[in-house]
Amino acid sequence: MSDSLAIIRDLHFSWGGGREIFSGVSLDIPKGKVTAIMGPSGTGKTTLLRMIGGQLKPTSGSVNVQGLEIPSLNRKDLYQARRRMGMLFQSGALLTDLSVFENIAFPIREHYKFSESMIRDIVLLKLELVGLRGARDLMPSELSGGMARRVALARAIVLDPTLMMYDEPFTGLDPVTLGTIVSLIKTLNSSLGMTSVVVSHDIHETFSIADYVCILSEGKVAAAGSPEELMSSESEFVQQFVHGKPDGPMPFHYPAESLESDILRGDI
Amino acid sequence: MGSSRKIEIFVGAFVLVALLAFLVLAMNISNLGSLGSDKGYEVTAQFDNVGGLQPRAKVTLSGVAVGRVTVISYDKESFQAVVTMKINSGVDYLPSDTQASIYTSGLLGEQYISLEPGAEDDVLTEGSAVTLTQSAVVLEEIIGKLLVSFTTKD
Amino acid sequence: MVFFANSLQGIGAFVLNSLASLGRASLFLSQVLLGIKDVLLRPQLLIKELYSVGVLSLLIIVFSAIFVGMVLSLLGYVTLVDFGAESSLGVLVSLSLIRELGPVLSALLFSGRAGSALTAEIGLMKATEQLASMEMMAVDPIRRIVTPRFLAGFISLPLLTIIFMALGIYAGYLVGSVWLGVDEGSYWSLMQNKVEFWHDVVNGVIKSVVFGFVVTWVAVYQGYSAIPTSEGVSRATTNSVVYSALAVLGLDFILTAMMFIN
Repeated sequence: MSDSLAIIRDLHFSWGGGREIFSGVSLDIPKGKVTAIMGPSGTGKTTLLRMIGGQLKPTSGSVNVQGLEIPSLNRKDLYQARRRMGMLFQSGALLTDLSVFENIAFPIREHYKFSESMIRDIVLLKLELVGLRGARDLMPSELSGGMARRVALARAIVLDPTLMMYDEPFTGLDPVTLGTIVSLIKTLNSSLGMTSVVVSHDIHETFSIADYVCILSEGKVAAAGSPEELMSSESEFVQQFVHGKPDGPMPFHYPAESLESDILRGDI
Repeated sequence: MGSSRKIEIFVGAFVLVALLAFLVLAMNISNLGSLGSDKGYEVTAQFDNVGGLQPRAKVTLSGVAVGRVTVISYDKESFQAVVTMKINSGVDYLPSDTQASIYTSGLLGEQYISLEPGAEDDVLTEGSAVTLTQSAVVLEEIIGKLLVSFTTKD
Repeated sequence: MVFFANSLQGIGAFVLNSLASLGRASLFLSQVLLGIKDVLLRPQLLIKELYSVGVLSLLIIVFSAIFVGMVLSLLGYVTLVDFGAESSLGVLVSLSLIRELGPVLSALLFSGRAGSALTAEIGLMKATEQLASMEMMAVDPIRRIVTPRFLAGFISLPLLTIIFMALGIYAGYLVGSVWLGVDEGSYWSLMQNKVEFWHDVVNGVIKSVVFGFVVTWVAVYQGYSAIPTSEGVSRATTNSVVYSALAVLGLDFILTAMMFIN
C-alpha cells in the first residue's frame, strides 16, 4: 500500500439524504501514475474528486491522501493539504477580473512572499509549458475555451502539486487542443513526477494516457485495471462501456412502464 | 500600478468628502457649533406654571439668545416648577433682580424664556436664583377667566 | 379541517425554513467576520472594494440627494407658508433628511446599486467555479472574496449617507432660500437651534451603520448561497434587493421608535 498516494475505502455519500451517489466505493490511486476514473454521466465522478480535495464530506468511509484523513481534517490542516493538490476545473474557472499572468501568479501571491522577478520567472515557465507565454496579458474573456483550459492547467500546477486532479479535461475541445491537453497531461505526469487523477468519459483519450482505469457505476467500482485488461474484459458491462454500445446491462431507457401500456393509457 | 494608484486616490477623496460632510453636519447644520460648548453659569427660577416649556429651549435677552434651559423639575417644598438654565459666560452682567418670563414665539411656536434686566448692582452668578418670574400663559386659563368675567357681569 | 391542518403545516414549515436560513446566514456571517484580521493586513484588497462599492455608488447618491432635498423643500414650503411658518423650512428639511430620509433612501439606493452587484458578482464567481477553484488553491474564498466586500459595504454606506444628508440640506436651501425666498438667516439659524448633534445627527448615522451591516450581509450571503446556475444567480440578485429593502424598512421602524420616541 505504500505506493498508493490516495486510499479510498468504503465511501458512502448521498445529497441531503436523497439518492445514494456512492454505496461503498474503494479505490487506490498509485503514486506517480495516471489514474482514470470513468463511468456514465451522473455516477459521481466529479463528486469523488471533490471529496479527495475536501470540498465535500462523505456520509461515511475514509479518504486518505498522503497519510492524511481528509474528511476529519480541521480547516487549517485541510488548507495546508490542498497546497499540495492541483485541480483543473472543467470550465477552467479562471478569475475573470485578473489577466492570464495574474491568474497564474495568484496562488503564489496568496501563499508566499516572493519577489516580483521570481514570480515572473515561475509564471513565465509555467506558461511556456502550456505554450501560452505570448498570451500573458490577455484577460480570461479574450481566451478561447481551449486556451482557457491550458491557462487553468498552468495555474493548477504553479505550486508543483504532488496530486493533480483533472475534471473532464477533454470535454468540448477541438481535436488539436484535445491532442495538446492529452500530451500535456502525459508530459506533466512523467516529467514533474506528479500523481494524476483524470475524471472523464472519453474512452479513447483516457485509455491512451491512463496507467490504471477505474469504472464507476451505480455507486460502486464496477471494474478496474489497466486499459489493456479492460479492453479484453469478459464483463458485459465493461464491453458495453468501452465500446459504446447503445444498449446492454447499462439501460438506454430511463426506467418506465412498457411503451405499449403507456400509449394505450393515453387513449382512454 | 497606475490604475491601482487612481483607485486609491478616488477612495481617499471619497472618505475625505464624507468626513467634510460630517463636519458640516456637526458645525453648520446641528447645534454643536452654535452651542459654544458648555461654558456658562447656571441659574434657577421658580414658576407657578411652565406650560409647554422644554429642556433646551432658548433663553433670550431682548430677543437675543443668551442661553438655554437645561433642567425642568418640580420643587415639592414650594409646589412650584424649577427651571434651571445655563447662561453663556459672556453674559455676566445680569442684575440680581432680573425678571424671567415664559413667552411663546408666534401663535403656534415653541415657548422660551425671556429675561428682563432689573436695576440692582449685584449680578447673577453660578447657582443664583431668579426670584421675579412670570408664568407661561395657558390658553385654557385665559378662556376660563374670560368666561367667568362674562358670567359675573350678567 | 384538512385545509386548516394544511395551512398550519405550511406556517410551521415556513417558520422552520426561515429559522434554518437565518442560522446558516449567521454561521456564514461569523466566518466572514473571522476574516477581518486578514483583510486589515492587506488593505489594498479593501481599497479596491471600497472603490467599486462606495465610489461607484456616489453618483446615484449625489443625484438622489439633490433631488430629494429640492422636492422636500418645495413641498415643505407650500405647506408651511399657509401657517406663516416658512421660516421653519430648514428645520423640516434637515430633520427629515437626517433622521429618516437620508439613512433609509441611501440604504435602499445602495442595495440597488452596490448590494445587487455584490450578489451577482459573488454568485457568478460561484457559478463559474471560481470560488471552488480558489478553495482548491488553498485560498479561503470567504476571507479572500467575501470579507473585503462585506467590510467595504459596511464602511461605505454610512459615508454615503452623510454625504446624502449634507447635500440634501444644501439643495433644500437652494430651492427654499434662493428660489422661493425664505429668509436665509432663519433657514440656517432655526435649523441650528432645532437639530441636535447627538440626538439627531449621531442617531441618523447609527441608523446607516446598522443598515450598512444588514444590506451587505444580505447581499454577500445571497451571492454566496446562490444556486450556481444563471437562473439561481438572477433569483439571488432579486432576493438580495427585496430582502434588504424589507429589512431596512422594518429595522428603521424599530430604530426610530427606540431613538426618537421617549
